[in-house]
Amino acid sequence: MNTIHINGAAQAFAAGTTVAQLVTAMTGRALLASGLAADGGRLGVAVARNQDIVPRSQWHATAVEHNDELEIVTAVQGG
Amino acid sequence: MTETLTRNDALVIDGVALNSRLIMGTGGAPSLAGLGAALIASGTELTTVAMRRYSVDEAAGGGTNLFKLLLENNIRILPNTAGCFTAREAVMTAELAREALETDWVKLEVIADEHTLLPDALELADATEQLVNRGFKVFAYTNDDPVMALRLEQLGAAAVMPLGAPIGTGLGILNPHNIELIVSRASVPVVLDAGIGTASDAALAMELGCDAVLLATAVTRAQNPLVMAEAFKHAVIGGRLAAQGGRIPKRAHALASSAMDGRPDL
Repeated sequence: MNTIHINGAAQAFAAGTTVAQLVTAMTGRALLASGLAADGGRLGVAVARNQDIVPRSQWHATAVEHNDELEIVTAVQGG
Repeated sequence: MTETLTRNDALVIDGVALNSRLIMGTGGAPSLAGLGAALIASGTELTTVAMRRYSVDEAAGGGTNLFKLLLENNIRILPNTAGCFTAREAVMTAELAREALETDWVKLEVIADEHTLLPDALELADATEQLVNRGFKVFAYTNDDPVMALRLEQLGAAAVMPLGAPIGTGLGILNPHNIELIVSRASVPVVLDAGIGTASDAALAMELGCDAVLLATAVTRAQNPLVMAEAFKHAVIGGRLAAQGGRIPKRAHALASSAMDGRPDL
């Protein structure tokens, strides 16, 4: 089975799944080809794949692969 | 009068004018609604956030609710690198923040251990250099060490942020002399960060010549955060004005303010 880790949790994925699809699944917000939110608001989310930033402009073009480690982060309360 | 003085006294960092010299943190607030009200009461125009895994837990301010709250209130965001122990982690966190929040400002925190939360000077210097080279505007959280503060400035920090006391202790400014020394030699803004317990601590920081004060816990964990936020707003303005007004020298003996001349013979 193909598995990726998102924020530390293992999950199965279909071949060809893109970072953009995963971001939409997590945030509930559709994305334009640019990676910006389709609703016009700012998204406030960044993605690292295997310790490298995936710029939002590349989210649609980036398909995840078996054993990928993804971190999807945002702003939370802090210092 | 106060209005006139403070209106013309913006703190300019990286070409951005901040009319409030109170920078707020958001850590420790029990609810997002309460936090929002306290931020507004504080008058802050710049507020820190941490970068963490996206969580859908709405009650804990999950999703992008905090981000939205700050945007809606026109509060500029200063992402931090809290929880980073190495330069490598801090640089990665700053890059994630830049991508997510669309700002190249970063409050650089590289701590040595969880017990003291004190900055690790070597990792801090390394991270500052790397981030400056990557185009970040680095607000470097540092020990109250005048030598280190100057080093960070030389490495290209946009502001240096010496601690008053360790994070969350509320002990106030433990070494006012060092803070004064840092201010006297710095040519970038000096922001007193961490250790603030109450309004007089913030006023003292400004009287010592700091350009701004950053605090979180002192408001978010106060018995009444809303009232405390307003207290800090006034304390920072009062301290700034006192620094500009020029305090009287301290004297060992009393000095009458009423003249003895013309005293009636009673």
